Amino acid sequence: MKKLINAAENLVREALEGMQAAHADRIRVSLEPFYAVRRDAPIAGKVGLVSGGGSGHEPMHCGYVGHGMLDAACPGQIFTSPTPDQIVEASQAVNGGAGVLHIVKNYTGDMMNFELAAEMLRAEGLAVETVVVDDDVAVEDSRYTAGRRGVGLTVLMEKLLGAAAEERATVPDLKRLGGLIRASGRSMGMALTPCTVPQHGKPSFALADDEMELGIGIHGEPGRRRAKLASADDVTTMLMEPILGDLPFRSGEDVLLFVNGMGATPLIELYVVYRKAAQIASQYGLRVTRNLIGTYITSLEMAGCSITLLRLNEQLSKLWDAPADTPALRWGYRH
Amino acid sequence: MTEFTLDEARLWIRAAADLVERDIVRLSELDTAIGDADHGFNMQRGFYAVRKKLEVTVSEDLGSLFRLVGMTLVSTVGGASGPLYGGFFLAMAKVTDGKACLEKDEICTALAAGLNDIKRRGKAEVGDKTMVDSLSPAVAALESATELCAAFRAAADAAKTGAEGTIPLEARKGRASYFGPRSIGHQDPGATSSWLLFEALASVCQRAAEKEHLSY
Repeated sequence: MKKLINAAENLVREALEGMQAAHADRIRVSLEPFYAVRRDAPIAGKVGLVSGGGSGHEPMHCGYVGHGMLDAACPGQIFTSPTPDQIVEASQAVNGGAGVLHIVKNYTGDMMNFELAAEMLRAEGLAVETVVVDDDVAVEDSRYTAGRRGVGLTVLMEKLLGAAAEERATVPDLKRLGGLIRASGRSMGMALTPCTVPQHGKPSFALADDEMELGIGIHGEPGRRRAKLASADDVTTMLMEPILGDLPFRSGEDVLLFVNGMGATPLIELYVVYRKAAQIASQYGLRVTRNLIGTYITSLEMAGCSITLLRLNEQLSKLWDAPADTPALRWGYRH
Repeated sequence: MTEFTLDEARLWIRAAADLVERDIVRLSELDTAIGDADHGFNMQRGFYAVRKKLEVTVSEDLGSLFRLVGMTLVSTVGGASGPLYGGFFLAMAKVTDGKACLEKDEICTALAAGLNDIKRRGKAEVGDKTMVDSLSPAVAALESATELCAAFRAAADAAKTGAEGTIPLEARKGRASYFGPRSIGHQDPGATSSWLLFEALASVCQRAAEKEHLSY
């Protein structure tokens, strides 16, 4: 294992200390327990948006704390959901009197810890609601699974709900909007290489030079199946087809196309994927009116990518264009 | 041994911490195959925190001891295991409040309450390839013997069989369920750590029995 770390057990803390040093103009970091909040939190009359999950997905979630996105993020250990005490404290710290909304990815651990935290907060009289993200088409949603995983759509959810909360949408408004986004977005990912959880020290799986994993999540795990490595165009087709078939997307619709790197894939390759994905979308009759290309939700140093497609309407397009000023996503903001 | 006392409960938790410590790598390797490689480290972090808390806290009764263990696990383990194991001990605490020692049927009731909390929270049943696959047969096996030590031994053996029995199963709950048929052929890490909990229970009882024997 070759990594830029001091000690595996201090990794999350030291990264948070680094974020605090770098972004003190935007965020405030708590180290006991771990969480990051907007520097100007709590904001009176604004719903507090709180998300969180395991570390190792950077820039998600702490990188999305700031104006126009999250009010707070709770990082757990690497690939391990945060604990209820973190979520409770972060929620209290961003409660500006209009209630709190939790954005939770559909993993058993995340769901349970956020549920426990919400129970504790409600017992103290704080109005808490939850929006779940479960956009991964690689997992069949049936009673025989834990349901679909929350992956790429999480970033878009945080941006869109963040913009709406900034415009003083209420908790019920945000919950409804979150439901619409959840119903309108689908993702799928693939890996070229595994990643190494620092404490474990070994790669999460082994892949030959001519193999890839299709249908991965964001925790270094193998995917739904292993396949022979194919060209970028073929891989893109393998990801796009299940996405397009699942919703289904209809000809004439406006969509946001998000091509995301898993951590170690360079932007030049992501653009090659974007090129083909946009061609397929257009053959399908979709109008790609918004996009996002880059490394936004990762699985440590895994190489590979994920594609997310989100059906847009006028409201969602406007929310997407609204200003954001966070460590990792920033546009349209005048200082 | 005829009763389960505060001392035995402390020894149980410490023995569980020892076993988790011993098996960090094994648990994480099982979790690498069908999860995210962190189960051993998460359990170790949790039980290490519990061990430290026990060193500086005097619990007056079993309820407060189990509550301390549960709360500490909930706030240190993370993942699904934190709320599940934390909930297990919090459920045990609810039925042992104010008691300094438990008769055999009382400790069995408490362990069953723990199991039920895990089933409710995790929405899992036997056969889903989870902790329930070792915990459920273990709790059932407690009834197979009248004597406490024999019951704990039978429970630990049943937990081991249950954990090993997860190997041919396809996971239907938790992160392993995302692998679908690829989860077949691997032992469930949660079922394995649950077995350790019962193995710890049996080992403490054995030690207590040996001590009694020596003092005659």
